[in-house]
Amino acid sequence: MKTDDLIELLATGDARLDRPAVPRRFAQALTFGLTGSVILMLAVYGPRRDLASIAQTAIFWAKVAFPLCVAAGALIGVMRLGRPGVRVAHAWPVIGAPFIVVWIAGSLVLGDAAPAERLPLVLGQSWRTCPFNITLLSVPTFAAVFWAIRSLAPTDLRVAGAVAGLLSSSLATIAYCLHCPEMSPAFWSVWYAIGMLLPAGIGAWLGPRLLRW
Amino acid sequence: MEHNGSNSAPLAGIAAHHGLGYSETLDLKPVHAYTALAPGLRESSFRRLAFTGLTLHDAEHRLKTLLTSGLEGDQGAYRAFLQALTPHLRGYLRKRIPQHRDDAEDLVQETLLAVHNARHTYRVDEPLTAWVHAIARYKLMDFFRSRARHESLNDPLDDHDDLFAVTDDEPAHARHDLGKLLAHLPDKQRLPIVHVKLEGLSVAQTAKITGLSESAVKVGVHRGLKALSARIRDIRSREPDENR
Repeated sequence: MKTDDLIELLATGDARLDRPAVPRRFAQALTFGLTGSVILMLAVYGPRRDLASIAQTAIFWAKVAFPLCVAAGALIGVMRLGRPGVRVAHAWPVIGAPFIVVWIAGSLVLGDAAPAERLPLVLGQSWRTCPFNITLLSVPTFAAVFWAIRSLAPTDLRVAGAVAGLLSSSLATIAYCLHCPEMSPAFWSVWYAIGMLLPAGIGAWLGPRLLRW
Repeated sequence: MEHNGSNSAPLAGIAAHHGLGYSETLDLKPVHAYTALAPGLRESSFRRLAFTGLTLHDAEHRLKTLLTSGLEGDQGAYRAFLQALTPHLRGYLRKRIPQHRDDAEDLVQETLLAVHNARHTYRVDEPLTAWVHAIARYKLMDFFRSRARHESLNDPLDDHDDLFAVTDDEPAHARHDLGKLLAHLPDKQRLPIVHVKLEGLSVAQTAKITGLSESAVKVGVHRGLKALSARIRDIRSREPDENR
């Protein structure tokens, strides 16, 4: 094929774009993914029984705010990583800040606690399962987020995959908050963080395969 | 607006936004440092740098104007954009894989397809050269990776100024055959491409002929070109030396 023929082919017809196509696809992906994670959470774990009353406490919303802020940062990061020649730049601090805030809150809680209570505070009742539960709930969001990113053109597939994995796991963590009985930042700072980073690692691993274009 | 690339990457951005005067001022800084060591070079370096600055800025500006008009529906401008971009891509890619001339032309075409398929990821407030360079570099790295040659260890540490600085106008053939590539696509992608892109029919006419809806025709063209690009890439990765 002559390159001139290819140019002719590409230039023929209308090169105009449907501008809102990408935001629309992301909105769909996040909605479907999160819905999928909530349904999976309801089916496998069930909502916590005291959800109605606990939802009136500030600490519950602080817990939800943690993955929500991570998701916001990861979404900004993914949108930037999906555009060639654009750096992630200020998305990194936005992604990192919620972790740092929760780590500080966790260490303050531990500092206040009597030495004997510290380990139980960190381990809670569910440390063995928490990261894996979050990883399982990430399956629907993972598929949705990767589908959305394929509409962009990421050039660093490993990093894009990692941040996409983080976006899917942070959304899954929001769903998991409706089940999870743990209410201490000391617990979230370790096990929620691991739960969110596991799918990010899987994303980094699969990124070069799933996002290649 | 931060962009990939080495230290001088932001300069292109500044040059693009503020015009030649500013870019010249910034470009001259290294010259002063350099001429302190070798005073005799001052004059020629000055000219060369100033000239390069002008050319790069011109290429950036000209290509950007064409692309912007193209994306607003001006078919001629879009064609001119692709035509003007091609020698830059060819120069960039041939310089980096001089031992694989045919591969270079394949990659030129792959990159053109990629630029077309990813045109929605370009934003007018960004330097075009950074965007195009990232795409060309991605395709080049993908080529190295899939070939698993030892070049893959050498991350090309070029910055995107390079891209518009080199051109290679000698046309060439890529080895893939469009007819064969198209034959692999499903009808709902192949027919829209044949009618809209090869025969130049309108979307409405194509919809009438194929019985597809107008939006299905548009989607078919879009997905078909993406599939075409993926197919070219897969052929390249699977059978690097087989003739296409």
